[in-house]
Amino acid sequence: MAGYLCLISNGQSIFEVASPEAEKIRALTYGFLIAAAGVMLLIVLLTIYISVKFRAKATSVEPIQIKGNRKVEILMVGFPLVLVIGFFFWSIKTMREVLPPHGDGPPDIIITGHQWWWEAVYPGSKVVAANEIYLPTGKRLLIELNAADVIHDWWVPALGGKMDLIPGMVNHLWVTINKPGTYEGTCSEFCGQQHAWMRIRVVAQSPEDHEQWLQAHSQRTELPMGTLALEGKALFMKASCSNCHSVQGTIATGGEGPDLTHFASRKTMLAGMMDNNPENVYKWLTDPQKVKPGSHMPRFIFAKDSIAALTAYLTQLK
Amino acid sequence: MKAIRLPESEKPIPGLSVSTNQGLLQWISSVDHKQIGIMYLWLSVLFLVMGGCEILLVRLQLVVPNNDFLDPEVFNQLFTMHGTTMIFFVAMPAIFGFNTYLVPLMIGANDMAYPRLNAFSFWLTFFGGLMLYFSFLAGGAPDAGWFNYAPLNQYNYSSSPGIDYYCSSLLIAGIGTVSASANFIVTILKYRVGTMSLKHMPLFVWMVLINSFLILAAFPALNAALAMLLLDRQLHAHFFTAIGGGSAILWQHLFWLFGHPEVYIVILPIFGIFSEIFPVYSRKPIFGYNFIIGSGMAIALLAFGVWIHHMFATGLGNTVNGFFAASSMLIGIPTGVKIFNWLATMYGGAIRFKVAMMFAVAFLVEFTIGGLSGISFAIIPIDWQLTDTYYVVAHLHYVFIGGTLFGLLSGLFYWFPKISGRIPDERLSKWFFWLFVISFNLTFLVQHALGAMGMARRVYTYPDFAGWGTLNLISTTGGFLMGISIGLLVYILVKAIRKGVQAPADPWDASTLEWTTSSPPELKNFDQVIPVNSTRPFRDFKRPDDAD
Repeated sequence: MAGYLCLISNGQSIFEVASPEAEKIRALTYGFLIAAAGVMLLIVLLTIYISVKFRAKATSVEPIQIKGNRKVEILMVGFPLVLVIGFFFWSIKTMREVLPPHGDGPPDIIITGHQWWWEAVYPGSKVVAANEIYLPTGKRLLIELNAADVIHDWWVPALGGKMDLIPGMVNHLWVTINKPGTYEGTCSEFCGQQHAWMRIRVVAQSPEDHEQWLQAHSQRTELPMGTLALEGKALFMKASCSNCHSVQGTIATGGEGPDLTHFASRKTMLAGMMDNNPENVYKWLTDPQKVKPGSHMPRFIFAKDSIAALTAYLTQLK
Repeated sequence: MKAIRLPESEKPIPGLSVSTNQGLLQWISSVDHKQIGIMYLWLSVLFLVMGGCEILLVRLQLVVPNNDFLDPEVFNQLFTMHGTTMIFFVAMPAIFGFNTYLVPLMIGANDMAYPRLNAFSFWLTFFGGLMLYFSFLAGGAPDAGWFNYAPLNQYNYSSSPGIDYYCSSLLIAGIGTVSASANFIVTILKYRVGTMSLKHMPLFVWMVLINSFLILAAFPALNAALAMLLLDRQLHAHFFTAIGGGSAILWQHLFWLFGHPEVYIVILPIFGIFSEIFPVYSRKPIFGYNFIIGSGMAIALLAFGVWIHHMFATGLGNTVNGFFAASSMLIGIPTGVKIFNWLATMYGGAIRFKVAMMFAVAFLVEFTIGGLSGISFAIIPIDWQLTDTYYVVAHLHYVFIGGTLFGLLSGLFYWFPKISGRIPDERLSKWFFWLFVISFNLTFLVQHALGAMGMARRVYTYPDFAGWGTLNLISTTGGFLMGISIGLLVYILVKAIRKGVQAPADPWDASTLEWTTSSPPELKNFDQVIPVNSTRPFRDFKRPDDAD
């Protein structure tokens, strides 16, 4: 219990909530912690009291041989039973509020878990995001969860609750976000070698900002590019990159790896493993298996200037 | 009265001038329950050291954020092997060691019902363990966790032979476990000394009996799942892959249908151990003898109705989840009730704080922490936040260490004089007690907070979030201190065996039959057994004027 007292706010704690769902769970958690602390205190005090009081002394004679007491036995069962029944009903009530049936309505966002990144598709628009997921505040959102390979688990503590993504199953989760901000989360079901680096970042925006973001991101990137970047683009399309990655408006339509249409607008890369900047992109392209061992990006043996060209291209995909 | 069966003493080996009563050969060829029990215990210590070294490497990797001491691949193998080893090759053999050694002695028999089957069970466990560890040499240890979820356990996601070794070795050990349980059931039901009725049976024996039925029902689910997984991996059967029409979630159902009862399999005999120890060191009878048996049976039955609480985040729906929440909370009651039973046993007693009793008293507190945090997973919305975080890691270690291991250590210090004929150094043993208890809490208490602060379990590294580094450092420090304390324990045991003080037959003024024989017992346990007319026959024998 002492652990909770020294709880430090760090953006990923279950006590710093930003959604009514998480608030309800937190209230239940507090209720449980108080009850648990009470029971704990009772047991500790009884144990210490009895141990001190009835410690054998040199003068001890054999104590009275009591074999049981029906009343005490009933009390032993009754006391925890009452506590448990109370928490059962509270927890059922919370469950129904946090995760009511989703009906047949269309989801607001479709999340697919991959080894080891997240894909976010916004139905009704052409936007496909990865790892950094933009959501509007103030609306109860229905999230559809799918898995592309193994079981993953969606967990953003501030938004309340976990839900597994399971191959062959479609799961749903309700989320309402109170206020704009960035909320940290992570995959919490062991999903293989890089489970540690499958972080989630939810960026909550006001509905207007979100609409604007959707608008901007449904456009394909068209930027004036320098020679180096254009060289990189040509290489990207010609080499195997385009087999696995998509860049909207180009011939790259692969679906294995993350969509790179707006790659440069992401703050982090490799599912939260490192900041997204040209040095890191260069390092990654040089030897992906060294940066993130086990990831499904093969090591292509590119010449140094090819890597520089690819980096220039990718870092311009705003 | 049934005839007391005699164990076999020695056999000449045909064509050789050696006999099986010499040296190592005596152990390898032994069908004596005491020797087999001791071999189980040493096997457990051996694997404890292995599983311990694995986890110390894991803790070393986690000592600071963004550490790169271990590759993720190696890290995943190490934590998988740690979990698998500790459950199947430390906890199970240790419990079977106590069961095998003590059950015949406590019921006044000279051996198990099927002595050769008994040896067979041990050697299957032994070879199962060796096979699991051979995977390190055969191309890679299993790396999908001890729970080994589909489809991560499939060949396309884990192509090293590790998981094939996991399946084969656990199947082999599992056959040993099931055959040993059948042996316990027959031994307890058919080989008790004539006058011992079921209602006079020591509580430890009762818990072993209940536990053996639990094993007979739970292990087939695991063995079936392992066989199916082998078929998936070797012959592309698609039991657990959605693409071929199978189901990833089916693995979880089968695994936890075994896995949750398994938690009770490794705690019920421990409850039996404590139910022997609290009365003896408090100089009182156990409080609520029938009640403890009843709650043991309730636990065994309920154990099969709680497996879905491992799956509350898999999207099975509120109705199913609600049912399993209710049963999971209910099983907490008979478990918690036992704590009160033991406290009531101590109440009004004359408590002697020998090391065994110190572990028993510490257990009351540690196990309550584990039990209470367990309830938080039965409260589904809390589970939705905390499952698969370090909070679970803390919880399960408070149950497995604060419960199972504290019980084994308590039992070890209680029965060591009987088993070895020597008394361990009391002062050093108390040092060990304090070092172990403090380092254990140092390691795991902070992990509750780590989980609530958002750290997922089974991660090989983590970002430098506020507080995570500090708490992990504390946890790792605690882990290494625990390692040192286990070293001290091994030293205490070896020292005691070599030059400990000779133990009398009944050093603790105990009440059950095993203390009526010499320490250690002769090959043939009993020439004659004292009459059994209560749950404390030896006390009746020593105090005929005040018999139960």
